[in-house]
Amino acid sequence: MIEGILIGLETAFSLKNLMMVMIGCFAGTIIGMLPGLGPMTAIALMIPITYGFEPSTGLILMAGVYYGAVFGGSTSSILINAPGIPGTVATSFDGYPMAQQGKAGKALAIAAYSSFAGGTIAAIFLLIAAPSLSKVSLAFRSPDYFGLMILGLTAVSAFSAKGHFLKAMMMVVFGLMLASVGQDTLSDIPRFTFQNMNLSDGISFVLVVMATFAMSEALTIIFKANDPTRVAKQISLSQLGSIKLDKEETKKMITTIPRSSVLGFIIGVLPGAGSTIASFLAYGMERNFVNDEEKQKFGKGSINGLAAPETANNAACSGSFVPLLTLGIPGSGTTAVMLGALLGFGIQPGPRLYQTNPEIFWSVIMSMYIGMVILLILNLPLIPYIARVLATPRTFLIPLILFFSVTGIYLMSFNNFDIYMMIGIAVIATILRLYDFPMPPLILAFVLGGLMEENLRRSLLISDGSWNFLYDRPLTMIIMITILTIIGWQIYKAFFAQNKMQV
Amino acid sequence: MKISPSKIISLLFFIFSGFYLYTAHQIQVFTFDENAAFNAKTFPIYLGYAGLIFSALYVLLPETRPSNVDLKVLDYKKTITLVILMILYGLTILRVGYFLSTSIFLVLSYIVLGERKWLWIFLLSFPFVAIFMYLLHGLLNIYLRDPFLQYIGIMG
Repeated sequence: MIEGILIGLETAFSLKNLMMVMIGCFAGTIIGMLPGLGPMTAIALMIPITYGFEPSTGLILMAGVYYGAVFGGSTSSILINAPGIPGTVATSFDGYPMAQQGKAGKALAIAAYSSFAGGTIAAIFLLIAAPSLSKVSLAFRSPDYFGLMILGLTAVSAFSAKGHFLKAMMMVVFGLMLASVGQDTLSDIPRFTFQNMNLSDGISFVLVVMATFAMSEALTIIFKANDPTRVAKQISLSQLGSIKLDKEETKKMITTIPRSSVLGFIIGVLPGAGSTIASFLAYGMERNFVNDEEKQKFGKGSINGLAAPETANNAACSGSFVPLLTLGIPGSGTTAVMLGALLGFGIQPGPRLYQTNPEIFWSVIMSMYIGMVILLILNLPLIPYIARVLATPRTFLIPLILFFSVTGIYLMSFNNFDIYMMIGIAVIATILRLYDFPMPPLILAFVLGGLMEENLRRSLLISDGSWNFLYDRPLTMIIMITILTIIGWQIYKAFFAQNKMQV
Repeated sequence: MKISPSKIISLLFFIFSGFYLYTAHQIQVFTFDENAAFNAKTFPIYLGYAGLIFSALYVLLPETRPSNVDLKVLDYKKTITLVILMILYGLTILRVGYFLSTSIFLVLSYIVLGERKWLWIFLLSFPFVAIFMYLLHGLLNIYLRDPFLQYIGIMG
């Protein structure tokens, strides 16, 4: 392990990679700060750029963008009560009241320190857990992988779709259908290509991510006539107040951070849960831990109330890398985008990653520390200046996002067909978003489609066409029972809620 | 009887899944693979059935959390114009070239969205695209075909 850490440090501390973490954190902060644009859009916009880089460099850049976007999301939550991403909604509960009391600088500092501490503690957990889990996951076989992928898709649909489970499951199937377009990997038989040569290689992952996130988010802002930058123009970004914390405030944070980190990391590891659930649970947990006097301050500018969700959402981000790096199965939409990018580099994450490509495995983990430090020492003092981005008029912002999306896909394929397909998918995604059909399950399914088919193929061939493989091994059976429980619970909830409404 | 837009979308997805399933059955597999436990059409067939089941469940089950969208506040005009501009951008990017088509796309998009600061409109279109092209072409060695710049002799 020490050898691996040294390889990681050597890779991550190269001048080029340090630059990439800095650029990533900076770009991520700016994009994440813009309400409506989250880490997935930020990473999606970066993918075409990273394809010219070495895999470790590309991944380091994307990891930087991820952390930067989460930090940027907190900034807009605190300053203008408009969370850039769902994971920072809980941050606004106490962050925004603090800003209204003239303590915006302090709130931003608490968010930055908590993010740093949560991310660092979780990265240490990841450092310890990932290699051990990689060894355990070597015992996993095709049926287990197949089951885990269904579990991941079901869990994302159940937890991240805010009560729209069936809609999310339709998006999962749609994502898998899109992934099935093109030549069959084993037999080279064309499927759903309708004799169009442009479809024979399948639909590009970057195209789908750009269309469903960057482009459709931009179109949705115009379609709904939202102006996320309007509120920003009303606040004076120069009057943020001091960023220094006194002894008592630091003491409060010190008690909150460890417990929120542990909770955030565990929630992050679970498929589908992610930073949103982690931050809400941490907020709720913290409220139960503090004394009655502090409890009264929750929602009115409590330091514990701000530190807890900020710590947890960053810890969850690190935690979400565990299933990606150890099993090759992403547990969230953002890590699914990262998996897609890795596959684009020709790298298959999984239990053998840290043996076959130790420089990637370890440098990503090491770059997380570096990213945290950069966010703290570079972004925090620069926040008053970076926050001016919030006031960028949407009249410039939206065309530039559309331009980057079209350019991104054009640079990869140099043909008009992909541009038209991207516009088509973006229009469909915009309509679907309008009616709460969630996009992260679609992306996760699209990325996992090929792997799922491959593992189902192996499982069915080994069991001679029988579906017994779903319950032959205890591990597979446990996974299948969990899936059935989630589906059953979701359908029960749907009926139960309906019955209550009728009563 | 009023049917909700979400149910209409699910119904369309049901029809789409039916078409997908039909097309999946039409996939030509090798003769020796026809009766194999798994062939090129096995997974798509399961997907087709899954699509039918989930969309049918949504259509048939009562909606517990209907999505309320006020269709009157949606900005159809600007959105459709932007989509048309993107299609035209896609149409001209290869024929006219990256520089001119991108710059014109940006100028028109800013105007469509209501921007009237002409200096910024200019700066964030032609010079911006030129710098971006230089970064791609000069620094990252990414070749961008541009008949217009070739015609006026700027690009080789």
